[in-house]
Amino acid sequence: MVNVEVTPLPGIGVRKDFALRDGRRLGVVTHRDGKLELIISKSDDPDACMAALSLSHDEAGALANLLGAPQLVAQLNDEQRDLPGLHTRQIPVSEGSPFDGRPLGETALRSRTGVSVVAVMRAGQAHPSPMPDFALTAGDLLVVVGTNEGLDSAVKILKRG
Amino acid sequence: MEHTALELVELGAVFFGLGLLGRLAGRIGLSPIPLYLLGGLAFGTGGLIPLAGIEEFTSLASEVGVILLLLLLGLEYSAAELMTGMRRSWTAGIVDIVLNAAPGVAVALLLGWGPVGALVMAGVTYISSSGIIAKVLADLGRLGNRETPVVLSILVFEDLVMAVYLPILTAFLIGVGLVGGLTAVGVSVGVLAVVLLVALRYGRYVSLIVDSPDREVFLLKVLGLALLVAGFSAAMQVSAAVGAFLLGIAISGSTAENATKLLEPLRDLFAAVFFVVFGLNTDPTSIPPVLGWAVVLAVATSATKIATGWWAARRQGIGPLGRARAGAALVARGEFSIVIAGLAVSYNAVEPELAALATAYVLLMAVAGPVAARVVEPVARWTRARLVRTVPAQA
Repeated sequence: MVNVEVTPLPGIGVRKDFALRDGRRLGVVTHRDGKLELIISKSDDPDACMAALSLSHDEAGALANLLGAPQLVAQLNDEQRDLPGLHTRQIPVSEGSPFDGRPLGETALRSRTGVSVVAVMRAGQAHPSPMPDFALTAGDLLVVVGTNEGLDSAVKILKRG
Repeated sequence: MEHTALELVELGAVFFGLGLLGRLAGRIGLSPIPLYLLGGLAFGTGGLIPLAGIEEFTSLASEVGVILLLLLLGLEYSAAELMTGMRRSWTAGIVDIVLNAAPGVAVALLLGWGPVGALVMAGVTYISSSGIIAKVLADLGRLGNRETPVVLSILVFEDLVMAVYLPILTAFLIGVGLVGGLTAVGVSVGVLAVVLLVALRYGRYVSLIVDSPDREVFLLKVLGLALLVAGFSAAMQVSAAVGAFLLGIAISGSTAENATKLLEPLRDLFAAVFFVVFGLNTDPTSIPPVLGWAVVLAVATSATKIATGWWAARRQGIGPLGRARAGAALVARGEFSIVIAGLAVSYNAVEPELAALATAYVLLMAVAGPVAARVVEPVARWTRARLVRTVPAQA
């Protein structure tokens, strides 16, 4: 387990960070107004920051998805090792996808390809076993289980309808 | 009609000019405060072009500017943050007071300004500009740095000290003598304790009085209450600024955050007028004679703030570069030094040279602060590299 250190910054917000294996600190400064800053410390001066990136809510969510989804996929793949031919993949709902703003049920993924959507990653949070009325938006990552062929056609469906 | 037209043109020219100055300051990465002061010096008493006809408005507006500056200073930190700040950083806070008030006191006594002048100058050289510092730290991407909480906790402590210092200062400015002054100390510590207690325990109710989901209603209520409190405190001889400041501390939580957001533009407007008026009332010809002393103070108090930051950061186990950054970050003085000098001037209790010295001092420090914060790292690295090279045995 990593040990997250929480430091109040009076008048500004809160800093939450933890030490990486190489000794550098990685974390987030949350401003009082909700603005987020991603910080990473310098290797030659652990007190200072090499980078402090301002992130919008969308950007922070996208980053959280990128970091969170592979873990979920790896975990699911691990659990399905006994079932050869069954794979887990993360499929994005991209900007311009016909299902942006429409419920999951309308993709009819299961009846058309046989795959199952086991979770939707949104803003770094996993929404497990989404119901057919779960409304998709661009930026969501669907964690999908199925055969390779089924997953390939699911990718196409989510892109073009 | 003719009359109003001229006044509007004058006022418009002043604001527009300040806008241009502010933009210039932003371009070169400086605080606009010194430019506002220079703008004020250029006009008015003994300046290039005396402005006539708008004094009535500007003098009231500058009072409102002081009230808003202190209200927002009070709003900046919650009562809980103030309490933790007091508990955690009181040693660093006391070092800060001793090191940084001493040069001001010494110069005031050397110039023969007496104990009241010394008390005023103590405040002028002591108080860092939390506004300039917070902005510089954010601009330089240092909010995630480990020394930053040290810097902020010193600012929090200074904030608390102001709450005690301002009533004492006003008592002395009115001329109550030593016994009255000591009473003022007792009363102000008591009042601060009560306000903190109210803010911690019953902050919700204070917030409830002003809070409203409607921005317009909220703005009017907050501003109205601040002016009411300020007016009543002025009537009770505790100075309007102190009342507004304590109100700021008493308002807490999300109400405080929303109030800050709403009031910030108003504060910027009225505070700009305050700086200009302070500059207007200072005769530019009185500055050259005190310029030498201002430079002496600037050098001495830059060194003492750097020492304060260095010491406080070292106690928290921060490396030499971080200590240097913490020290340099604290160098900036600004709005509150001028507020203190302005208070002294408004009571006619000090020599006019004090206003000139304070102006020159803040002009130097408001520029030196951000510059120091920027150049400290290269300078510190260079020094360290040289030290390591010249004394390889110790490296």
